[in-house]
Amino acid sequence: MSPAAPLAARNPAAKLAAAAVLTLALVVSLDPVAPAVALAAELAVVPLFGLRYGTLARRAWPLLVSVLGAVLTLFLFAQDRQQVAASALALALRLFAVALPGVIAFATTDPTDLADALVQNARLPVRFAIGTLAAWRLVPLLGEEWRLINLARRARGVDAGRNPVARLRLFVSAAFTLLVGAIRRGTRLAAAMDARGFDSGAPRTYARRQTFGAADAALVGGAVCVAGLALAVSVAAGAFRPLLG
Amino acid sequence: MPAVRLRGFGHRHAGRRRWALRGVDLDIEQGERVALLGPSGAGKSTLLAALAGLLPPESGEREGTIEVRERTGIVFQDPQSQLVMERAGDDVAFGLENIGTRPERIWPLVDDALRRVGFPYGRDRNVAALSGGEQQRLALAGALVSRPGLLLLDEPTANLDPDGARLVRGSLAGLDDTTTVIVEHRVAELVPLLDRVIVLEPGGGIRADGPPASVFARYGDELAADGVWVPGHPVPALSPRSTPGEVLLRQDGLQVRAAEALAVTGPNGAGKTTLALQLGGLRKPTDGLVVATAALAGPDATKPPHKWRARALAGRIGSVFQNPEHQFVTAKVRDELALGAGDPARVDELLVRLRLDALAEANPHTLSGGEQRRLSVATALAAAPRLLILDEPTFGQDRRTWTELVGLLAGLRDDGHGIVAVTHDPDFTAAIGARELPLAARPLEAVRYCVPPGDDSPNLRSGDPHPYPHENARPQPVPGATSRGEAQ
Repeated sequence: MSPAAPLAARNPAAKLAAAAVLTLALVVSLDPVAPAVALAAELAVVPLFGLRYGTLARRAWPLLVSVLGAVLTLFLFAQDRQQVAASALALALRLFAVALPGVIAFATTDPTDLADALVQNARLPVRFAIGTLAAWRLVPLLGEEWRLINLARRARGVDAGRNPVARLRLFVSAAFTLLVGAIRRGTRLAAAMDARGFDSGAPRTYARRQTFGAADAALVGGAVCVAGLALAVSVAAGAFRPLLG
Repeated sequence: MPAVRLRGFGHRHAGRRRWALRGVDLDIEQGERVALLGPSGAGKSTLLAALAGLLPPESGEREGTIEVRERTGIVFQDPQSQLVMERAGDDVAFGLENIGTRPERIWPLVDDALRRVGFPYGRDRNVAALSGGEQQRLALAGALVSRPGLLLLDEPTANLDPDGARLVRGSLAGLDDTTTVIVEHRVAELVPLLDRVIVLEPGGGIRADGPPASVFARYGDELAADGVWVPGHPVPALSPRSTPGEVLLRQDGLQVRAAEALAVTGPNGAGKTTLALQLGGLRKPTDGLVVATAALAGPDATKPPHKWRARALAGRIGSVFQNPEHQFVTAKVRDELALGAGDPARVDELLVRLRLDALAEANPHTLSGGEQRRLSVATALAAAPRLLILDEPTFGQDRRTWTELVGLLAGLRDDGHGIVAVTHDPDFTAAIGARELPLAARPLEAVRYCVPPGDDSPNLRSGDPHPYPHENARPQPVPGATSRGEAQ
């Protein structure tokens, strides 16, 4: 990924807005044509985000697996294979076309920049945006903590063996310990942030300026055009099936 | 007018019966460097939080007055939960943004603060890639950047290894003009930086106040008896009364014996905790084998410890984790011990022995740090294991808990238990007369040992028969020797 690519460098709030526009447009239509048009356009702009298709496929593999799983399930339980094939194809296209913009946006956006843009350009409350960002930093610690907690249970002589009920009880008790630790850590982090004057009512300034310029507006406009085109082609081809009605 | 003035100040945390702090009269002058001492529970951290303005009216009940003339900055104990941003420079800038500093002034101030604490990297450095000592330096820069008139430090080196603590003290030595109040368990190394020592009296008021030398000369014995670490009051050593006994466990060049204490030392990242988990039968060794002898393994001698059932493991090898809370599985102190002990008489004996009898009905998560540490050791002892493995047992403990732990472990050692402790604490290693196993900083994945000279005991060599014939251990190619696989 190259952060200097023309679309990767766009304002994170603009990327999220563009993704939201496409999602909204594709959710209202049940036919295969609209998502096919949108997906084609999305795949065409991937290089403008500085992403390789291979990198994107690696990032999106959980999506690929779940879509294939959904399609396979539809096939297996189908009475009329031909009719189901059409709706399965439509479903797969919709899932890809809806999810891909989000995957692209997050793959090309630094979390700090995103929080900055949400506060400065999208006017989200600073307590929410920066608080979430700070909490996000602690997430990797939870994985290591979870491993240690479970090892500590083995050290205490507690294991579930093959008994599913004992396993569930052990899981609940380990989750409780993890939660206690996470709350303690969160409380300490909140105190440290308060001590540094966070959200104390004083007007805040920004060390990293996020600007929302013409190019950012153009990205959102482009997304609106793609969404409109997809729906227009679908209607013109007589395939349009609205979600409601 | 002094920088800080307290008159009859007290604070009681919401929901508590006892006052955390009461009747404190105190002036701190501009530019003074003050250490706040006192036994556990004397209210040191509460006083620091009050000075930092972190005790809002809804946090409890207050009496008397507190005046703090200047803006404050505070650094806490745990580096990981006080850094907010991902990049070092952004984190330092955070405090400036919050107080509305003009954007064009922010980065020069950030650079200046990083320089003052001796931060060796650029602003773009990811904070997750820093050592604990470097993270604390960064936290210090974040507190200093808004030019506080009063710097507050709440055990800033308690979570660090000796190198990290040295880094932080080095940074503090460079800040000569800032009024500073510091709470720290181990003050000996800080004394050269201090002008004044204030000792809080548990239950209210101030016990002693003056220059470090005169306070320690006059109140040293009394403070040491109360659990305060006082410079020049060495802790008694409890050398082993007998020679090391039979081998209980071995891994490559390492032998763990009965009636012997082994201290695993070395810098952070050398793999000490990993080694403790492997010896404790909690993690599969990545390299080589952990072999339990028949003396330890009993009927399970044909299996390596990491394959034992949990209950069998707990009865042979007890592990004490660095964070006691990871080990608690019940809602009562008594139940924690009953889980391993079975026999109620043994539960009562352990409760008394570790001074937990008054807390038998309490929830383990509500205990103080020292109490939690004692309980975690007691739980590991409950199933009467022959070998005890502890990860940083003395971290952040006051002198009293520390002395009790050393006494307990030395007693276990003399009763024929094997003790392995991962530790950064040279006093602890010396006090229990432990054999030291220094781990070198780890260049690759593998944990490497430097076997101390004189350890001539027979090790597991490649030509020996495989200890676990049914295990498919990865053969280890040794030049000029048959591999273990071929020895079968």
